[in-house]
Amino acid sequence: MMKSKIGGALAATTLIAGMAGPAVAADDTFKIGVITFLSGQAAESFGVPAWNGGKLLVDMLNEGGKLPAPYDTKGFGGMNIEVVIVDEAGGATKQVQEFRNLVQREEVDAVVGYVSSGDCLAVPPVADELKAFTILYDCGTPRVFEDGSYEYVFRTAAHATMDNVSLARYLKSRNFDVPSFAGLNQDYAWGQDSWADFTGAMKQLYPDAEVKTALFPKFGAGQYGTEISALLREKPALVHSSNWGGDLQGFLIQATARGLHKRSQLALAAGDHVIPQLQNKMPDGIFLGARGVNGLAAHARGGELKELTDTMWDAYEAEYKTFPVQAPFRMWQALFGLKTAIEKAMADNGGKKPSSEELAAAMKGLSWDAPSGHIEMVLADGHQAIQPNAIGTTKWNAEAGKMELVDVEYYDARCVNPPEGMKSQDWLAQGFPGALCN
Amino acid sequence: MDLAATILVDGLIYAGWLFIVSVGLTLVFGVLNILNIAHGSLYAIGAYASASMVGAYFALGGEAYPYGSYVAMILAAVLVALVIGPLLERGLLRFFYGRDEVLNVLVTYAVFLILEDIMKLIWGVNPYFVYEPYTLLGDVEIGPLFYVGYDFAVIAAAIIVGLAVWLSLNKTRTGKVVLAVIHDSEMSQTMGVNVQRIYLAAFMAGTFLAALGGALTAPMISVTPGLGVNVVIVAFAVVIIGGLGSVPGAAIGALMVGISRAASVHLMPEAELFIIYFVMAIVLLFRPEGLFAKTQARKI
Repeated sequence: MMKSKIGGALAATTLIAGMAGPAVAADDTFKIGVITFLSGQAAESFGVPAWNGGKLLVDMLNEGGKLPAPYDTKGFGGMNIEVVIVDEAGGATKQVQEFRNLVQREEVDAVVGYVSSGDCLAVPPVADELKAFTILYDCGTPRVFEDGSYEYVFRTAAHATMDNVSLARYLKSRNFDVPSFAGLNQDYAWGQDSWADFTGAMKQLYPDAEVKTALFPKFGAGQYGTEISALLREKPALVHSSNWGGDLQGFLIQATARGLHKRSQLALAAGDHVIPQLQNKMPDGIFLGARGVNGLAAHARGGELKELTDTMWDAYEAEYKTFPVQAPFRMWQALFGLKTAIEKAMADNGGKKPSSEELAAAMKGLSWDAPSGHIEMVLADGHQAIQPNAIGTTKWNAEAGKMELVDVEYYDARCVNPPEGMKSQDWLAQGFPGALCN
Repeated sequence: MDLAATILVDGLIYAGWLFIVSVGLTLVFGVLNILNIAHGSLYAIGAYASASMVGAYFALGGEAYPYGSYVAMILAAVLVALVIGPLLERGLLRFFYGRDEVLNVLVTYAVFLILEDIMKLIWGVNPYFVYEPYTLLGDVEIGPLFYVGYDFAVIAAAIIVGLAVWLSLNKTRTGKVVLAVIHDSEMSQTMGVNVQRIYLAAFMAGTFLAALGGALTAPMISVTPGLGVNVVIVAFAVVIIGGLGSVPGAAIGALMVGISRAASVHLMPEAELFIIYFVMAIVLLFRPEGLFAKTQARKI
């Protein structure tokens, strides 16, 4: 409660970027509300890098001709993009109010937002009530569309089940022996769900593996000495963690100082975003995911999307003096998806600025390319994306003075995501029916 | 190393840190009769100041003598106490002495919120790291487990802090005066004690201890916004178990919380948080004023 109040103090901060102008967007302007964490613990890991990436992409699109085809056209369908950015801190109740403000006062044409799964669960009913076209760009909980159905709401990133299925598949494909494993995850929905997904996937791929211990320190605990002792004592072959931000950084600092990574293999489902801060303090040999082919895995991929990926990567590095981790990639895939949907809707309506209904119709079942791969809206009746994923192993390049991912394995979206009509936990329990792996 | 020994070592390490964080809270309550919610922010400011000072130390060529970084950490806590202590006590809290305790809680909660935002204005939202002091003291091998030497240095620091506070209060003339103020500030004033000065000194000491807790923690974590929230909650549990205003109580409370939490993580991890507040509830059931607080007659 205290946390939400503290966040609330800053959540009121609303910044307006882009052209100043009337609340109602003109036909030559497409106005989007972007909601992400600008303060609080998720700001440094997710919110700020995502908005940095979003701002960069909006500027490039508004300028036009900065990106390879099909994204070389100006703005969204020729319209200038105007952004109203809102801090996501403050809790779900606050965000519902902020959402209403964006739609009813600012009269945005679309909303792109939400890192927090709590916000992603709270906002969609209001979005449908207001008939406001909304993209959930980051949050991981499968429950948004597995427990609900919405007309105007879309999620352009895969849900979190993919992260842990990929991690388990990586172990299998690398012939990693896992007689036992343990987990250290944050004690809230994200950590609990990630552990459930990972154990569900391991049960299928390593049915004989023993779970040594499942630790759930409080979110923001900071001190992990006792947990590390427990892991050192239990000696599991592998330690799984979906920790993020300061919790992951603190855990890694303390765990590596005590040699946990030498006794057990560390597997971090979503850990790429701490590399820019930790650099060579992150040990070699960690199995690492980035919630999609994002960050270092995208940069190393090459192939058809290399030009698009390199363009965004280089622009981000030049602007922010660090490489883009997973969060900007998810923002980019949302904005590229929005651009594709708008231009498809305009092609269908004779070139007019599309309404929410036209946008929703265009977005449903859409597919497009992004630096993180080919995104397909194939789940939840075309409202939920699937995307490819990658897992790699950390290796510090002392000569270049930077962290690299080696032994990267790329997984097709249909190999690590459940098929349409099946809940994630059922898919895991039944042994991944319908999974298409190479 | 058997499980009981592991639990004891882990519990002592956690308790050492917890005591340093909690003792300032209980000291301020004992002298000023203010439950200082902003203690968590002072801890966080100590962590940020420590990270900045240690970073500056190494940037200015401190690699040649890395142990000097420990001095930089302590100086950071002193600096926080010298700057923020008087600012808060003289600038704000003194206007609320003698007022309702609930009002004081609200005032310090407001200070907490303000300081959280000020930290963001000064240090931004990106994390600060100062690993060097954490690994300087090497490893300690106990049975099959490795511990970081720094963890034991924190236990030593807790013992030094505890002894220093206890001896200062009980074995020095100034300490006797402070105890007199705690006992009856009005009577002390009529006897010629400069109560305002005692209040200021006690609050600065409390600020120093909070900042020292943060400063010593900084090398083992990433220093990020929101750091003080969880700390102040568990520190409250410790001082409530030990008895508000009691230094030995804070030590015993920290030990009880540290060891019971360590036992839970090893034996029943799902009860890690529950156990802290379960211990607190059990203590309050039998000793509503905490283990070491003296029952006071209400003044009419």
